[in-house]
Order: sequence, then structure tokens, then C-alpha cells
Amino acid sequence: MPWTREQMAERAAKELQEGFYINLGIGIPTLVANYIPPGMRIVLHSENGMLGIGPFPTENEVDPDLINAGKQTVTELPYSSYFDSATSFAMIRGGHIDLAILGAMQVSQDGDIANWMVPGKMIKGMGGAMDLVAGAKRVLVLMEHTAKNEAKLVKKCTLPLTGEKVVNKIITDLAEFEFRDDGLTLTALAPGVTESGVRQRTEAHYRITAGIS
Amino acid sequence: MSKTYRSAGDALAGLLRDGMTIAAGGFGLCGIPEHCIAAIQSSGVTGLTLVSNNAGVDGFGLGRLMEKGQIRKMVSSYVGENKLFAELFLAGKLEVEFTPQGTLAERMRAGGAGIAGFYTRTGVGTLAEQGKEVREFDGHKYLLERGITCDLAIVKAWKGDEEGNLIYRKTARNFNPLAAMCGKITVAEVEQLLPIGKIDPDAVGTPGIFVHRIFQGDHFEKRIEQRTIRKVA
Repeated sequence: MPWTREQMAERAAKELQEGFYINLGIGIPTLVANYIPPGMRIVLHSENGMLGIGPFPTENEVDPDLINAGKQTVTELPYSSYFDSATSFAMIRGGHIDLAILGAMQVSQDGDIANWMVPGKMIKGMGGAMDLVAGAKRVLVLMEHTAKNEAKLVKKCTLPLTGEKVVNKIITDLAEFEFRDDGLTLTALAPGVTESGVRQRTEAHYRITAGIS
Repeated sequence: MSKTYRSAGDALAGLLRDGMTIAAGGFGLCGIPEHCIAAIQSSGVTGLTLVSNNAGVDGFGLGRLMEKGQIRKMVSSYVGENKLFAELFLAGKLEVEFTPQGTLAERMRAGGAGIAGFYTRTGVGTLAEQGKEVREFDGHKYLLERGITCDLAIVKAWKGDEEGNLIYRKTARNFNPLAAMCGKITVAEVEQLLPIGKIDPDAVGTPGIFVHRIFQGDHFEKRIEQRTIRKVA
């Protein structure tokens, strides 16, 4: 059984450590906020200029001046702070964000990531993604293992890059991989998923941690 | 000479011309100078280059300036929310210079601060690298990015005083302080325009030196893009 989106988010939450400042991308990464261990102090960063993102508002709490980077209405917490976009990206580019979790269209065996543009389609822009992958201390990618049966974990990205050699870890619906000094390494399999099953759906070359079969 | 004006049209009088470059504050539709945008639309000025993180939506924000093709070029990081924008872009009637969001913010800040350029790791090895100097510092590659200055900046704040000091509110701050810095002339619209002495100097987000003209908007629509509500148990 492959991992569900929720299970992927739950596994990603194991990366969190007390006191981390983290940035969550749109999609599955957003779900990670639901799995922060109780009692652990984690501060969510929103690149439009906020630290300490609170829950979505009730009808009465909706404030058009208070949104997240996905342009959704949010609320503040007792420890929240606001700042301008240059300060927000100083946090990202200056290496102050401990962990960025984001989605991807392709990741290469060298840790390159492509997640902003498909040639020939309407280009929306990279937003803050290039800053995040270049600046965060650690970059975790959550993505489906394949798209329309095409491998997304590839030897070399065919789509335009968001960043070069920047990814530290990948969690897909089938498996987990880490980028180690000796290269991309398979570190866990979803229940009932075999290594050969993963290999068939992966174009990238990878090593296998002992004890996985 | 007073900095205060009665309306957007009043404040922008004599400042607009075809082909000029305008920086606009705002993130999505949050904290956008909606009155100035409406006045620029009414003026009919054309061939504009807009430096703004986003491009508004159909019928609101900078989307209004696309209805009659007033914008020639956007310098932005993300423009996905606008069908008319897509049509103009795909028809080759609108040029876009995509700039990573943090790079855009820093380019505006740098331009306003008299800094011609800076090196950043953002965009190394990507399309953002094209045509830029790449230089290595401490074993890492960096791109040279240029500061931006604009003929005009339009910004929105919560409160302002007659000296042009601005106070922002929550995430409506975003690009506004940076846009204010990079404009040769900066026009600010505020929800409350207060007399001198009615603003706490410690709370000022943009000092009045960056603001040349200021007016109080009569009604702010403050449209919400993604109204997301929590269910109360």
C-alpha cells in the first residue's frame, strides 16, 4: 500500500526538531502542519511577511490584511511577527529557515529540483521557490513518485530547474530517499512496496540502505 | 509644501506619462494601492512597465491596467491568477521579466538604497542565471542582480500622517516599504490620514522621507483571493 498524502505529511513531520523555523509549500507540504508533535515549538514562516502562522480564521475573524503565501486567510498567534518582503527573504536567503518542505515536478539524482515551469504551457513564475531551495538550511521534497506513469525521480531534470544540487531528502508515496555524501540513497519503503517496484518507477540511480529489500 | 492630496487623481496629477516605470506594493491583492491603480486606469496612460510581485486578477488590482493594454511589461515573480494576463502574454502583447520573489524584493530595496547590484545564490543554474554575471565567493556560485529604481512608486499603508510617515498592518506590509524606497516619486494611499503628532514614531514602517504625496482613500475594497475558513466544532 503506497502512503497516502496524509501519511507522507506525517512522515515529513519526523524531520521537525524543537525550535525549528519552517516554510511549507502549497499542496501536500501544507498538511505537515497537522502533524507537528504536541508540545514541540515550531514556527511557521510565510514568505509574504509573517512568522507564526495561526489556524484558518472563523467567519468573524477573517481579515483581508492577514493572508499566507498561498493567499489564504489565516490568523496570528501570540508570538507572531510581521515584516516586509525583503526581510522575509533575508530569513530565507540568509540561511535562517531550518527546513523548507515543497513539492516538485522532477528531482534529479544530483539533487536538482524542477517545480516552476513546463515549456509550452502558460508560465506563472517561480514565486519564492528559487529563493527557498537556494537558501533554506534543509530542503525536503514531498511528491508523487510518478506522474502519468513517468518517473519524477530522474537522472537529469528535463524541465527548467528551480535550483541546482539543493534537495536533501525526498518522500514519495512509495519510498523515502536521502541525498548523502555518496549519492542518492533509498532509506525506507511504504508498506507492501518492494524495492524492485520502486526501481521500475525510478529513472535516477540510487543506493540502498542496508536492511531494505 | 504640503504632501497631502485629496484623492488618487489629485495625487497623481502631473506624474503620469506613457512609457514610464512604476513600482507597486502588494502581495496578491493584499495591501495593493487600489485607488492609485484605478486612477492610472482612468488616466489612459500606456506603455507602462510595472514592477510588482503579482499582476492582480481579472478586473481588480493591476488586472485593471490590462483591460486596455496599458502595461507593456511586468517585472514579477508570480502572475498566475489572471486569464487576461495569460491571453496577452501568449499573444506576445505583454512582456514579462520573471524575477525570484526574494531577488525582486532585494532589487527594489537595493535600488532605493543606492546599491547598484548585489550577489545572491538564488537562481544559480536556472533560467534566472541567463545574461548575468556568475561569481564565486567562499566556494559557492552567486548571481549578480541589479537594483531597481522606478519613475514612480504607488504604495498602500494602514495609517499615515501629513509628513508621509506610514504604518502598515499585518501582511499588507509585504512589498510596500520596498516599493516606497525605489520610486523617484512615491505616492502613498492610506486608510487613515492623521495630523502630525498622531502617529507613534516608534511604529513607523516607512519614514516620510520616502513618501512625496499622500492621500486618504475613501473606501478600500480589500478583495480576498482565497477566503479560507476554519470549521468551529
